[in-house]
Amino acid sequence: MNTAVNSTIGLIGGFFEWFGNLGIFFWQVLRAAVTPPYEWRELIRQLDEVGSKSFPVVFMAGSAIGVIISLEARYSLSRFGAKSMFPATLVYSVLQVMGPIITGLVVSGRVGAGIGAELASMKVTEQIDAIEASAINPYRYLAATRILACILMLPLLTLVSDACGLLMGWFAQTLVEPLSFHQFIQDGFKGATFSAFLPQTFKTSVYGLIIGLIACFQGMRTRGGAEGVGRAATNSVVLASLFVILADVVLVKLILVVFP
Amino acid sequence: MATSYDIAMKQKRSEEDGSAPVIAVNNLRKTFGSHMVLNGISLSVNRGVTLAVLGRSGTGKSVLLRLIIGLEKPDSGSVCIHGMNIAGLALDWIGEIRKKMGYLFQHAALYDSLTVAENVAFPLVHHRKNMSSSERSKRVKQLLAEVGMEGNLEKMPSDISGGMQKRVGLARALALDPEILLLDEPTAGLDPISSGEIDDLILTLQRERRMASIVVTHDMHSARTIANRLALLDQGNVVIEGTFEDLQQSDIGFVENFLKLS
Repeated sequence: MNTAVNSTIGLIGGFFEWFGNLGIFFWQVLRAAVTPPYEWRELIRQLDEVGSKSFPVVFMAGSAIGVIISLEARYSLSRFGAKSMFPATLVYSVLQVMGPIITGLVVSGRVGAGIGAELASMKVTEQIDAIEASAINPYRYLAATRILACILMLPLLTLVSDACGLLMGWFAQTLVEPLSFHQFIQDGFKGATFSAFLPQTFKTSVYGLIIGLIACFQGMRTRGGAEGVGRAATNSVVLASLFVILADVVLVKLILVVFP
Repeated sequence: MATSYDIAMKQKRSEEDGSAPVIAVNNLRKTFGSHMVLNGISLSVNRGVTLAVLGRSGTGKSVLLRLIIGLEKPDSGSVCIHGMNIAGLALDWIGEIRKKMGYLFQHAALYDSLTVAENVAFPLVHHRKNMSSSERSKRVKQLLAEVGMEGNLEKMPSDISGGMQKRVGLARALALDPEILLLDEPTAGLDPISSGEIDDLILTLQRERRMASIVVTHDMHSARTIANRLALLDQGNVVIEGTFEDLQQSDIGFVENFLKLS
């Protein structure tokens, strides 16, 4: 009985300790990020790593989601005699729901694992200590640049995913039942305003913050050798994906309140 | 809180007074959990002096170097560089002091995503902003030539041997013309010929640059070759500090044993 109570207390303590350490880490990164010198070269390199190199996987995921929604929507809408709603269903499903969250999850898989493993490997081989010993702040050079790159690139990647989803969704529909692209866009965006889509796109910056922050935190606090590196990469992906989904719950509600 | 003016003045004063130690470690204690690593050790190193720190594995030799460069915080005691206790300084000021230090890590710790030349240029890129790229490139070539690695500029760290990695690590440590050189096991894992070459290199650098150096090593032969003074650590304490002859003449059992087995 005592053992069970102790292990529960230990688990809860560990949970709060993790959050406390994450908060301290975030504060250190924030303080380093806003004070000069700024690491522009490394930021540009990270924008390429996070953005350009995630393009193919986001392109494919977005396209696949467009086709899936198109197939499902056509089937469901036909059953209820609402086929004319197809363009709007596809546009709203992709732009408001699936595009942002799929981009967040795909990037947390690719970039989260990459950053987690890279920084963990640097940590266990003393490369991060070497950076610090060279009088360079690793929170600024390694963490701030990666987190900022994630924040800036996520909305752009979401636009790529959205565009691919709409294009491939329309294409899948056209193969079964011809529909001009012009007509599809006109019907799909009828009555739509920018405020219906922009907050959904820019909320992915928060996903970027979560992915970058958790991956850098897990990587830079790694202990042990190869096992530690593997654990950091796995934890980065799992925790970043989980927190992206949880954040989406809050952000969706917040957007509905702010942009009714 | 110390300012840059305080740091500069302290350094100036200690330079004027030639006998003042560049590195002074006083009553330094460090524990990890319940394990006492350093139990109140005191050491000092003057300009132009190389101190070799010897001892069994796990006696806190590397921890001592990490405390001196500020990568670890001591539980108590002080680490004074030019009279400034770095344990009491903010991160930015520790950074200013670190620019005066070169550190060679046990496994070189080269940045594996950068070439040999980029590794050596790394501190210059960050701390010599007014240096043009051609000047930087010339300086990198000069540093690599100094450590006998001039023909390996574009190689990746994974493509060169352990001994070569240590040489590149040494070139990187020297990039900012440090006044203090900290070497963590510079000859560990190297064959006798490479070890001898690294020892010769350290001796040459010491003659030319007259830095205050601390070398952590297991290798008594290497310590005897490159160091003016030796300190033997055991269970977190300095058992003896002096010249090699002082150690030879010691009747402390641990020292006799260490020398016999080395």
